[in-house]
Amino acid sequence: MEQFTQLTSRLMPIPTENVDTDQIIPARFLKVTDKEGLGKVCFCDWRYLDTVAKLSDADAARPNPDFVLNDERYAGAKIVLAGDNFGAGSSREHASWALMGTGIVAVISTSFADIFRSNALKNGLLPIIVSPETHHKLFEMVESDPNVEVTVDIENDTLRLPDGTTETFPIDNFSRKCLIQGVDQLGYLMGFKDQVEEFEKDHVVYGAPIE
Amino acid sequence: MSDGAKTLFEKVWDRHVVAEEPDSPSVLYIDLHLIHEVTSPQAFTGLRNRGLTVRRPDRTLATMDHSTPTTPHHMPMEDALAAAQLKALEQNTGQYGITLYGLGDENQGIVHVIGPQLGLTQPGKTIVCGDSHTSTHGAFGALGFGIGTSEIEHVLATQTLLQRKPKTYEVRVDGQLRPGVSAKDIILYLISRIGIGGGTGHVFEYRGEAIESLGMEQRMTICNMSIEGGARAGMIAPDDTTFEYLAGRKHAPHGKEWERALADWRTLPTDPGAEFDTSFFINASELEPMITYGTNPGMGMPITGRIPRPEDMSPEQRGTLEKALEYMDLRPGESLLGKDINVVFIGSCTNSRISDLRLAAKMLEGRKKAPHVRLVVVPGSTAVKHQAEREGLDKVFKEAGAEWREAGCSMCIAMNGDQLEPGQYAVSTNNRNFEGRQGKGGRTFLASPVSAAAAAITGQVTDPRKLFERELAAV
Repeated sequence: MEQFTQLTSRLMPIPTENVDTDQIIPARFLKVTDKEGLGKVCFCDWRYLDTVAKLSDADAARPNPDFVLNDERYAGAKIVLAGDNFGAGSSREHASWALMGTGIVAVISTSFADIFRSNALKNGLLPIIVSPETHHKLFEMVESDPNVEVTVDIENDTLRLPDGTTETFPIDNFSRKCLIQGVDQLGYLMGFKDQVEEFEKDHVVYGAPIE
Repeated sequence: MSDGAKTLFEKVWDRHVVAEEPDSPSVLYIDLHLIHEVTSPQAFTGLRNRGLTVRRPDRTLATMDHSTPTTPHHMPMEDALAAAQLKALEQNTGQYGITLYGLGDENQGIVHVIGPQLGLTQPGKTIVCGDSHTSTHGAFGALGFGIGTSEIEHVLATQTLLQRKPKTYEVRVDGQLRPGVSAKDIILYLISRIGIGGGTGHVFEYRGEAIESLGMEQRMTICNMSIEGGARAGMIAPDDTTFEYLAGRKHAPHGKEWERALADWRTLPTDPGAEFDTSFFINASELEPMITYGTNPGMGMPITGRIPRPEDMSPEQRGTLEKALEYMDLRPGESLLGKDINVVFIGSCTNSRISDLRLAAKMLEGRKKAPHVRLVVVPGSTAVKHQAEREGLDKVFKEAGAEWREAGCSMCIAMNGDQLEPGQYAVSTNNRNFEGRQGKGGRTFLASPVSAAAAAITGQVTDPRKLFERELAAV
C-alpha cells in the first residue's frame, strides 16, 4: 500500500449524490479472484459508450466524452470531489480497488456510506468529509477553473482549498496512524491473540459447531 | 439513560468486546462468519501469502450464491469466470477446513437465507459476511453486518474485527398493517422518508406492535434492507416468534442447552428506559403498498402516488431526481399505475423465503401472467425450493407462466446471466434499484411479492389491493 501524508492534486468532480458501489464497479466485474485491472472498469457504465461485458473488453470500448474520467481537463487528478453519501450500497471492496486502479487516492464528500468508508481506509484511499459550505465552494471553484488544486495534509487533518483557506476534516487517530505509518491492521489484530483465547474460554456460542 | 438501562444492540455489542485500547477501535469477537464466492477469494490469497490459518473453521460457513446459474445446477457452467470463482471457493474452503454447501447440496442457497434456515442465526450473536445484506440476521436479535474483503481476511485469521461502536436508532412501528400491505412496504416507506444515507453510522432497532406481530421471515425482509437506509445493521428483539422459528433447527441448541439459551436470550431485549440516539415513528395502519420510481431505494412512494417534481426539491436533490428520471424514462408528476412492465422478479435475500413464495403463489393461483411479461421466480435456497415443490407451489408458478429456477441471488445482482435487457422495466422484490443493478440499462421498480404478483398478471404496475381483494381477505 502506497502511503502519503501530504498530497496536492487537482479535483475530478462527480456531483451526483448517492453514488453507489454498483456504479463505481458493476457486479459483472466481480467475477475475479484477484484485485488487478479493475481500474479500467471503474464507473464502467458511465464511462464507456459501448457495453463492456468483460474486463478484457474495456480497452476496445469507446469512451463517453461527457464523463469526467474521459475529460482531458481533469486528466491526472488524484482526488474525486463527489456528491453527498458517496459509496452507498454493496460491501464490495472492489470499489476501492477500482478507484485506486484509476489513480484516485482520496474522495471528498459531505458523507460516506459506512462500509465503503471502512474499506477505503484499509486500502489507503482517504475519505475526506467536508462541510456542505466547503463542498459547495469546491464545486464552484473547480467548475470555474479545472486546474485549481487542493492540498490534503493527513498529519494535521487539514484540507487546503484553492483560495488558500484551510478546513480540518474528521479522521480518527487510529485511521490516521494507519495511513501515515502504513499500520497493518491484521497484524495489529493478531497482537490480541492471547486476549481472544482468554475471551473464548467464557464466551458461549450455542448449538452444534459447523462441520 | 436511566441506571444502566441498555438497548438490545448495546447488550449484544458489550458481550463481544474482546479489548478496547485508547484511541483505537474495539476488538469485536465474531460468532458466525458466512462466506460466498464473490468477495472471499482475495481474502484467502491474503491469508495464504502471510502463511496464516483460519482460526475458527467451526464458526465459518461457505456457500455459493452470487454468480451461480439458476438453470439446473448439475449442468456444466457456461461462464468460465464464474466457474473459476466457484472452483477457487472449493479449493480455499478445502484447504482451510471450512464447510462448504456448494451447488447440488440441499443446504446451498443465498447466505442470508441459509444462516437462519440452519439455525445458525441466533439471538445475541455477532454475524458477518462479505455482503451488505448481512443486516438480515438482525431479525433474530443478532448483530449482523456486511464487511469488505480485508475484513473477511481479518475474521478468517483472528475471529475478530476492529470496529467503532455505532449509534442507536429506534424505528418504532405502531398500529397494524392493512390487507395488501407487508413488511416490504414498511421498510420501503422508512427509506423513502429518511433517505439512503439516513441511518449512516447507526444500527436500527425496529420495535412496536406492528413489528412484534410479524413472522420471522417478514422481520428478515425489514432487517435485510436496513443497509438501504444507510444503517449497517438493523435488529429486532427476540421473542416467542423467534424462539418458535429456531426450535429444532440443525444448529439451534437442543435439550438442556436450549433451556439455557432461552433464559439467556430473554434478557436481550432493550431495557425499559434505555435511550436511543435517534428515533423515527411510523403508523403501520396508514401505510399503503410502496413502489420505487427512481434509481435508489429511497426514491419510493405509495403505489397510488405520483412521482415528485424536481421543482419541489432542494437544488442538490433536484439534480439527483432529474438524473434518475432520465435513466428510468419517467416524468415528474406521473403515476406509475398502469405503466407497462417487461419482467417480474420474485426472489433475492429480501423476499425469497417460503412464506414469500406461498404468498405470491396464493395471488397467482388460477391466474396467468400477462403474455408480454417474463415472470422469474427464484427460491432463496435449495431447501426452500424443495419445500415449495412439496407444497405444489412450483406448479402454481409454472401454470401462471413463470420460470421456476434454482436457488441463488439471480436477478438481484445479475452476475449469472439472469438479467434485464437495456430499457426493460421490472417490478422486482429485491432490494436495490440502482442504475444497471439488474442488468445494464435495466429499470427496476422495487415492491413487495404481492405487488410483484399483481404486476405479473396485468403486465402493468398495479395496486394489488384491488386485483387481489378476495385473496387478501383470506390471508
